[in-house]
Amino acid sequence: MPGKLKVKIVAGRHLPVMDRASDLTDAFVEVKFGNTTFKTDVYLKSLNPQWNSEWFKFEVDDEDLQDEPLQITVLDHDTYSANDAIGKVYIDIDPLLYSEAATVISGWFPIYDTIHGIRGEINVVVKVDLFNDLNRFRQSSCGVKFFCTTSIPKCYRAVIIHGFVEELVVNEDPEYQWIDRIRTPRASNEARQRLISLMSGELQRKIGLKVLEMRGNAVVGYLQCFDLEGESGLVVRAIGTACTLDKLSSPAAFLPACNSPSKDMKEIPFNEDPNPNTHSSGPSTPLKNQTYSFSPSKSYSRQSSSSDTDLSLTPKTGMGSGSAGKEGGPFKALLRQQTQSALEQREFPFFTLTAFPPGFLVHVGGVVSARSVKLLDRIHNPDEPETRDAWWAEIRQEIKSHAKALGCHAVVGYSESTSICEEVCILSASGTAAVLNPRFLQDGTVEGCLEQRLEENLPPGCGFCHIPYDELNMPFPAHLTYCYNCRKQKVPDVLFTTVDLPSDATVIGKGCLIQARLCRLKKKAQAEANATAISNLLPFMEYEVHTQLMNKLKLKGMNALFGLRIQITVGENMLMGLASATGVYLAALPTPGGIQIAGKTPNDGSYEQHISHMQKKINDTIAKNKELYEIIPPEISEEIIGSPIPEPRQRSRLLRSQSESSDEVTELDLSHGKKDAFVLEIDDTDAMEDVHSLLTDVPPPSGFYSCNTEIMPGINNWTSEIQMFTSVRVIRLSSLNLTNQALNKNFNDLCENLLKSLYFKLRSMIPCCLCHVNFTVSLPEDELIQVTVTAVAITFDKNQALQTTKTLVEKSLQRASTDNEELLQFPLELCSDSLPSHPFPPAKEHLESASSNSGIPAAQRATSVDYSSFADRCSSWIELIKLKAQTIRRGSIKTNGRKSPALLLKRHSSRTQAVTVEKASPMGEGNFRNRSAPPCASATVGVVKMTPLSFIPGAKITKYLGIINMFFIRETTSLREEGGVSGFLHAFIAEVFAMVRAHVAALGGNAVVSYIMKQCVFMENPNKNQAQCLINVSGDAVVFVRESDLEVVSTQQPTANLQPSCTEGEVTT
Amino acid sequence: MTSELDIFVGNTTLIDEDVYRLWLDGYSVSDAVALRVRSGILEQTGATAAVLQSDTMDHYRTFHMLERLLHAPPKLLHQLIFQIPPSRQALLIERYYDFDEAFVREVLGKKLSKGTKKDLDDISTKTGITLKSCRRQFDNFKRVFKVVEEMRGSLVDNIQQHFLLSDRLARDYAAIVFFANNRFETGKKKLQYLSFGDFAFCAELMIQNWTLGAVGEAPTDPDSQMDDMDMDLDKEFLQDLKELKVLVADKDLLDLHKSLVCTALRGKLGVFSEMEANFKNLSRGLVNVAAKLTHNKDVRDLFVDLVEKFVEPCRSDHWPLNDVRLFLNQYSASVHSLDGFRHQALWDRYMGTLRGCLLRLYHD
Repeated sequence: MPGKLKVKIVAGRHLPVMDRASDLTDAFVEVKFGNTTFKTDVYLKSLNPQWNSEWFKFEVDDEDLQDEPLQITVLDHDTYSANDAIGKVYIDIDPLLYSEAATVISGWFPIYDTIHGIRGEINVVVKVDLFNDLNRFRQSSCGVKFFCTTSIPKCYRAVIIHGFVEELVVNEDPEYQWIDRIRTPRASNEARQRLISLMSGELQRKIGLKVLEMRGNAVVGYLQCFDLEGESGLVVRAIGTACTLDKLSSPAAFLPACNSPSKDMKEIPFNEDPNPNTHSSGPSTPLKNQTYSFSPSKSYSRQSSSSDTDLSLTPKTGMGSGSAGKEGGPFKALLRQQTQSALEQREFPFFTLTAFPPGFLVHVGGVVSARSVKLLDRIHNPDEPETRDAWWAEIRQEIKSHAKALGCHAVVGYSESTSICEEVCILSASGTAAVLNPRFLQDGTVEGCLEQRLEENLPPGCGFCHIPYDELNMPFPAHLTYCYNCRKQKVPDVLFTTVDLPSDATVIGKGCLIQARLCRLKKKAQAEANATAISNLLPFMEYEVHTQLMNKLKLKGMNALFGLRIQITVGENMLMGLASATGVYLAALPTPGGIQIAGKTPNDGSYEQHISHMQKKINDTIAKNKELYEIIPPEISEEIIGSPIPEPRQRSRLLRSQSESSDEVTELDLSHGKKDAFVLEIDDTDAMEDVHSLLTDVPPPSGFYSCNTEIMPGINNWTSEIQMFTSVRVIRLSSLNLTNQALNKNFNDLCENLLKSLYFKLRSMIPCCLCHVNFTVSLPEDELIQVTVTAVAITFDKNQALQTTKTLVEKSLQRASTDNEELLQFPLELCSDSLPSHPFPPAKEHLESASSNSGIPAAQRATSVDYSSFADRCSSWIELIKLKAQTIRRGSIKTNGRKSPALLLKRHSSRTQAVTVEKASPMGEGNFRNRSAPPCASATVGVVKMTPLSFIPGAKITKYLGIINMFFIRETTSLREEGGVSGFLHAFIAEVFAMVRAHVAALGGNAVVSYIMKQCVFMENPNKNQAQCLINVSGDAVVFVRESDLEVVSTQQPTANLQPSCTEGEVTT
Repeated sequence: MTSELDIFVGNTTLIDEDVYRLWLDGYSVSDAVALRVRSGILEQTGATAAVLQSDTMDHYRTFHMLERLLHAPPKLLHQLIFQIPPSRQALLIERYYDFDEAFVREVLGKKLSKGTKKDLDDISTKTGITLKSCRRQFDNFKRVFKVVEEMRGSLVDNIQQHFLLSDRLARDYAAIVFFANNRFETGKKKLQYLSFGDFAFCAELMIQNWTLGAVGEAPTDPDSQMDDMDMDLDKEFLQDLKELKVLVADKDLLDLHKSLVCTALRGKLGVFSEMEANFKNLSRGLVNVAAKLTHNKDVRDLFVDLVEKFVEPCRSDHWPLNDVRLFLNQYSASVHSLDGFRHQALWDRYMGTLRGCLLRLYHD
């Protein structure tokens, strides 16, 4: 029923010559929506036709409006033969469906053909008149805003964060239908593009319905993925976090400049504990006291969606290991029960967010991940995709129980991914087990006293590091110490997470990108045998990836990983593992110790010499890295230099004693043995190679930093120059020397060379930082490895960056408070109750604690984590898998990587697409368009910035215009003529960027944030001179205003489109 | 391990000016890499040769894709595929259309045809400019020529509008197009001492004064045949120039002219006696050049004639430039005092431009 879509075709330009005789084109346009098609007149003999058509009107259901794309086809009229297609434009009209969003899409769109690429441009105007729909049982979900951004979008504040939403739809892949044998490649590609567009529209609508049922109005951290399962079909799936968002009306509220102390106080609701005695029952008590009153709208979904498996089978505790005996005392038990029952209302307490409002994240347990190997089978009934649904439900249950084992009831930074090769599919999910502050999960109705206590117990800037699990019943043996910041609660010695660094965390020095890379050969096999082989390999890979990460982290002198994402890719004859994360030194965690090397044959003199040489090299590297990343922990550095070689680990721990201040050392056992050692044993060439590879990672050239998180810890003075890029490399392995070692070396070189190339290319931007570095590995063929990197280079001000640690800490603290306002728009009223209990502005507290830090006796220890324990677990867990493998059935092999807080994966790509809805900004439409006009008069094409980050340095996002989610196929049968594979892909990616920019510009935007290239599937057949590539990208279209412009506007023209920046009083009251 | 595919695509297209230079100069990727290595870039940046190779390939690919757009610079501004800041766009265009002095001297005044294109091999060998670069420059000349050939209005403006070139470069192209259109001979040995700048200067004066557009009679009726007003010399004017012949054919007039000039310059010229002795020869030369311009062949030889008939005789007598100036000024002005001569305006139009050209051509 209720919608009228209006389309006007204005003009075309730069059309290709379709008539060789005249060197001109007789172009006309078909406009199609659903089953209705309109045509313009033929504009004779011109490459720049002016159709200036009437308004074509489509009267359609809003359900169709959400699902269907508008399809515009440009053709060349031919009197005697069939009209030739020039190309197409698909326009997603979703952004027009929200009352607050842009009311018009208008601009030049590239005309795209899957064989020829972009062929000219067409100017189109699209409008939608929506009638109000009060039907409660509607199938559409117009009005739900979607965001790819994995934090609360700027210029919104979260009223409630409801929780996890997911959906998947399946269909047959047109490429594999029988008709594909008789139709042209172009027709086949277009059918695929159209189908995926339809499916993602449907998916989004269904997710929107779930959100409405939860009484939310937005999805944040929306991640949509395609699984090209080949013969078995096409799966489009999405996850996200349902929220209720409120638009902040005043742009001044997020001006970074205005952070008055009063505001800080309100926005950071926790405080140093005025009554330390509360902790006496053990460090983990406070968090267990929480009542998890997740919003009770558990009912999100079910009726409308075809794809859900009903999983009301709420997980009971016993599923994960280590969950037994967590009750620490009667009181605790009681609370736990409360919490759990509240939690169980929620099917999956997962959050796809990676950055949170201050106070939201109470404790972090560690990374949880699960993988499962499945055999693909044809999806017989696309309307009942329960197999796929069940697969994911199983994995999510696994994740949930892992989180429970860590004493956590929620998983944040959650993401899911797949890797498919022929009929084998690895499903992976990962996230960070965490304890959350329930206030944000529900409207105010939380029992006062519990909550109050919770807040009081939260120490500043280090709370999230404190262990959430019970120290006496730890899910795994870990090495605990008292927090180096507040000295009151226990912290692990290493922390791995999949989320961004919390803005209030105290970090020493700078962070850096840390990668673990691994290949494993696998025999070619079919079906079950293949799946079994893969699941047998998986645990070893996970273990080794973990070991590499841990060693590299130590080598950098750091103690925590953020944004961890582990990708396992399956190919015909090998498995690849690539883990990326950003290492930092958290002030709250103990100083990591060194790495010790031991030889197997101690009698050989020259060998020992060699060993000591290696040892020296490692020690030197650690020292160098500490200098490079400015890691100067207060008063510890001397001892580090003094005794780089750790002594044997002391088992007496837990209670803080003097002994801890001496060099305490834990040992690292990489050889799967159960030795209580923290030593790299060089007993064979393999180990030798490991050590070498540790040392071959070259640090970025001076002036460069890199990280895979949103922002680089320790750098905060960004300047406005940004350069987003995608780089793709494919190498062919020579099949002769395919050994694991050679493979590893090749893969390592590939990644390192790629990074080196990036540093070289971007050298003109120095000093700069590569942020959100996102590596994706795929194995398109037997001997091919493809690595795709997307990242953004941001310049920063060097002078400010080169300040002392002290000021850095100070600054980061200040920044933290600024960020709180800037990044996370949180309801002030929610915080107000806690206000009386905070005598000091938080920034000050941070400083105090930071300085008290320096008073702590220095303790040095090696990365202990639970290494030996991990080995134990690993072996048992491998056995488990082996057993399973014997009884394997089609489609049911599973490995699960539950691990120490340290183990595992985060799918970094959790920032996805999100359709954005958006609010009418206070400015009028017309004004707003003016604003977004290109700043430079001479440029005829407006500049559209693209970034994988959720923000634009030096600018304010004033409006979200909608989600960009585009899927393109490009194919060629003249590969050589187009410059070979490199020329082909280079042109295609440039075209994809162009189409994204054109859509954003047509919406009236000037940037895409949270941009991600989710898929880049490249296939070639050089012998046939053919290649094909599929690319899927998404992001949030936004309008941003330079901060400098903002000031001008607000001071000079108070009535102009941007509201005058309000005074702080206005904001805080 | 071999690299099958290696690309880098930025949202803002990265342009490396040094690599662009190498690409424009027609170096192959491997030559460009070698030259970059020699520039010491590896030491400065700590990069490896492999990195340099990959970087160079990337830039070359980008330039190759941009080249199609550079052929019609307004397209570069409107296209959506490459996001390039305006200042960089201008740089790309300007450098692409820039040319080598040595090259332009070889083809100036030649017909921009396939035949000439075949000679590029020789030009490349002779000038040391790579064949690729020669082709680009030649194609640029030809492309600009084709586009503005049929256009009305100011030549420089047309070029600027369609190729978005800087004022200086647009003027140079106007000269090139003008020379190519009129096929002025510039390659003779005795013209070798002249630079492109000398010719461009003359071209500008001739465009300003000797073409249809110069007269300011903008075609009011659209049917008039004055389409390429700046490109072609005013035929009528050339016809009229025959009338000047009387200045040398009529002995009385010639004598009178000579005495007027000699009287005025006596004591002012260091080379007075030489001037006096040569006056008739020089005057005959200049007037005959004018009278012959009705024939295309002689138009082509304009510069050869000027050098032969005027520049060389003066130079052999070691006239200082200032004396040449004084002489030419007086020589043109004195005609106004010749009562029997009725073509004063024609004379001024001819001599005004010629004087400027001769002064520019008169050097070693």
